[in-house]
Amino acid sequence: MSDEVTAEILTTHVLELAAHGKRLDGRGTDEYRKISVEPGFVSTADGSALVRIGDTAVLAGIKLEPGKPFPDTPNAGVLTTNAELIPLSSPIFEPGPPQPGAIEVSRVVDRSIRAAETIDLTRLCVTPGEKSWICYVDLHVLDHGGNLIDAAQLAALGALAHATVPAKRFGIAEADYRLEVVHYPAECTFVRLGEAIVVDPTFDEERAAQGRLTIATDEIGRIVAMQKGLVGAFSPDDVKAMVERAFRHGEKLRAIAKGAAA
Amino acid sequence: MGSVGAKDVPVLLSPEGIRIDGRRVNELRPIKITAGALKHADGSAFVQWGLNKVMAAVYGPREVHPRHLQQNTKAVIQCKYNMAAFSVDERKRPGLDRRSQEISKVVAEAFESVVFAEEFPRTSIDVYIEVLQANAGTRCAGLVAASVALADAGIPMADLLPAVAVGKAGGAIIVDLNKEEDNFGEADLPMALVPQSGRLVLLQMEGHMTREELATALDLGVQGCRGIYEIMQQALRDRYSVAPVPEVTA
Amino acid sequence: MGGSHRTGPRRRGPRGSSPHPSGERVLVLPGEEIPSQGLKPGPGTYRVGGRVYASVLGLLSARPPFVQVIPLSGRYIPKPNDVVIGTVTDVQGTFWLLDIGAPRWAPLHMTGTPWKVDVGETEQYLRVGESVVVRVENLDPTGRIGVTMLGEGLGKLEGGSIVHVSPARVPRVVGRGGSMIQTITRQTGAQVAVGQNGRVWVNGDPEAIHRVREALRMISEDGQRSGLTERVESYLRSTASSDEAGEDHPPAGESAHRDAPEGSFASSPPPDDRDDSDEPRTDENN
Repeated sequence: MSDEVTAEILTTHVLELAAHGKRLDGRGTDEYRKISVEPGFVSTADGSALVRIGDTAVLAGIKLEPGKPFPDTPNAGVLTTNAELIPLSSPIFEPGPPQPGAIEVSRVVDRSIRAAETIDLTRLCVTPGEKSWICYVDLHVLDHGGNLIDAAQLAALGALAHATVPAKRFGIAEADYRLEVVHYPAECTFVRLGEAIVVDPTFDEERAAQGRLTIATDEIGRIVAMQKGLVGAFSPDDVKAMVERAFRHGEKLRAIAKGAAA
Repeated sequence: MGSVGAKDVPVLLSPEGIRIDGRRVNELRPIKITAGALKHADGSAFVQWGLNKVMAAVYGPREVHPRHLQQNTKAVIQCKYNMAAFSVDERKRPGLDRRSQEISKVVAEAFESVVFAEEFPRTSIDVYIEVLQANAGTRCAGLVAASVALADAGIPMADLLPAVAVGKAGGAIIVDLNKEEDNFGEADLPMALVPQSGRLVLLQMEGHMTREELATALDLGVQGCRGIYEIMQQALRDRYSVAPVPEVTA
Repeated sequence: MGGSHRTGPRRRGPRGSSPHPSGERVLVLPGEEIPSQGLKPGPGTYRVGGRVYASVLGLLSARPPFVQVIPLSGRYIPKPNDVVIGTVTDVQGTFWLLDIGAPRWAPLHMTGTPWKVDVGETEQYLRVGESVVVRVENLDPTGRIGVTMLGEGLGKLEGGSIVHVSPARVPRVVGRGGSMIQTITRQTGAQVAVGQNGRVWVNGDPEAIHRVREALRMISEDGQRSGLTERVESYLRSTASSDEAGEDHPPAGESAHRDAPEGSFASSPPPDDRDDSDEPRTDENN
């Protein structure tokens, strides 16, 4: 339930540890938890990936269906991202329509995928102005142990990276073909804990956090999306330092997503 | 079979009595159950059943939200059955639909029939079922997952609840329908059994069969449930295995 | 439940539980028939027509005149006199509501504290998010859990950290006769207070807290096997910081001693039978 309370003793302890460069689970401030990607988890999806970061688990599923392109982009397909923070995954989530938290996750993931031109949407055009592929990215949070955004984004990327366009099934082409991933954006999330800024926050660290920043980078050196969340503030210098860290982590996250795609 | 409309309707049963996926009429699809699959729920289970993948989580007994649902003498059991958008061939729009709400209701009532809810007045036991990959029989797979999750959550109840669909396809009474049999068969009859009492706490039917066929179907379903019951028990024994490790003498 | 009318023999799993009056650990599942051997159905069981069945997943335990099942999982189920750690979730005019990990929030009335609280001033004493050590005073049939902060070792917690373990594992965390908890405090010099509800308060320097947290994780994940105390002890020895890395000298023994009153409620094993059959095959058994 939303009125789950975290013990102040715990959040205070998290902050004290951070002041000494330490963390509750023994990690360094610039260290991710163990990451795993299981592509093809769902056979009914055109692409899917189950991503675990520590005890956080997010399942992404891709569905491609023919539809009508937007009037202002008649030569492009449509990409749409949706996240479900289902109450199965955490005592803090309630049943019902998507809450702002779920909408934020889906929009932040969507922005990185879109801005990095992860997939070339013009290749999803079938008949200009008439017919194009709609690519649905559905994010299903299964276990909420913190840092949902990075897990969801990596799941989305992993799912896209091995998705198939079901052209044969819909009578659009003779055979299905791989959805080509052009760029590999990776999202990297930090939280402020006092003066320390740590990467890949756990649930308890998010509860103690004084500001969160997500930075998406791609493999050709672009910053493609950012999102500051939670109550708290960062200086421009903080942001610059996090950008450097995000690029370093991005390399590793991309490799994990690509490895899963191979 | 095999003349008119043969293009659309597959042959569901061979003359030798073999089904479209190679099973005999009384044979279940492979079932794998993992108890305690999630970290943050009070109890959980993941069920792979044929081509179905279903996750269930239980939270509670805990404070009731919304509060007006609180019952003075017992726990309220709230169930939410949901299908992921990508779990079916045609993408399902996220959100509530009438089918999911009906399933949630009959599943909740099945559990109310076995859970000793009066031990926890004014609380809620919340059961969440997420279908991640669907291939016929998801309500039964969901019920089985939720039942193992309830046991994993330490909820007191009369028994685990094995469930299976029986039905009629290709003229034969069969157990555990797959998607083709569900789509093209003559009847679908999901049921859940309380093994301890031998009674049914979930029973639905769609299609048509004679009373003799129904009698056969019920027997076949009970037999199927008993097989599933053993798999459920084994999943819980595996998780809570108390096998002592022999001491190695130094 | 109606009477049992089945005729044929009851089907049992290959490892179906057989009676073990010797006290050997037997895992039973809801719906499994228990050989009652004339004993009455106790907690975690139910009776239908002369037969007794388990209602929860747990370990079979004969406690003449009762046969019962000790749960191995689930939320904390309060018992009178349990000492528990709770966190304030709501503040009302005359009481606070505590999350103690139980099915319901537990009201702590202002008269159940050592403070002279006036009506409406409750928030000056305890705010949402603060944690306390309280004792379960009474349970009523509506599920209300009355708790009090009056008594030795009870009160508001300041500093340190909180770790959650499964309430079913509390007997392991404490150990037989308090052996496990003593090992942990001796090896780390930390103050440790274990609530019966599985919330553990740990105080000390950050390194000590971390080592206690890891030890508790080991117990949580590995509590079913034997030799646990030895493995926890060996972990704690191996992680002792270099300046105190000698053999067995208890670091900060004085502080451990000084803090005894606070940890004491947990250091003594729970008084009743709940944990008993949970123990025989654990640590020092062989």
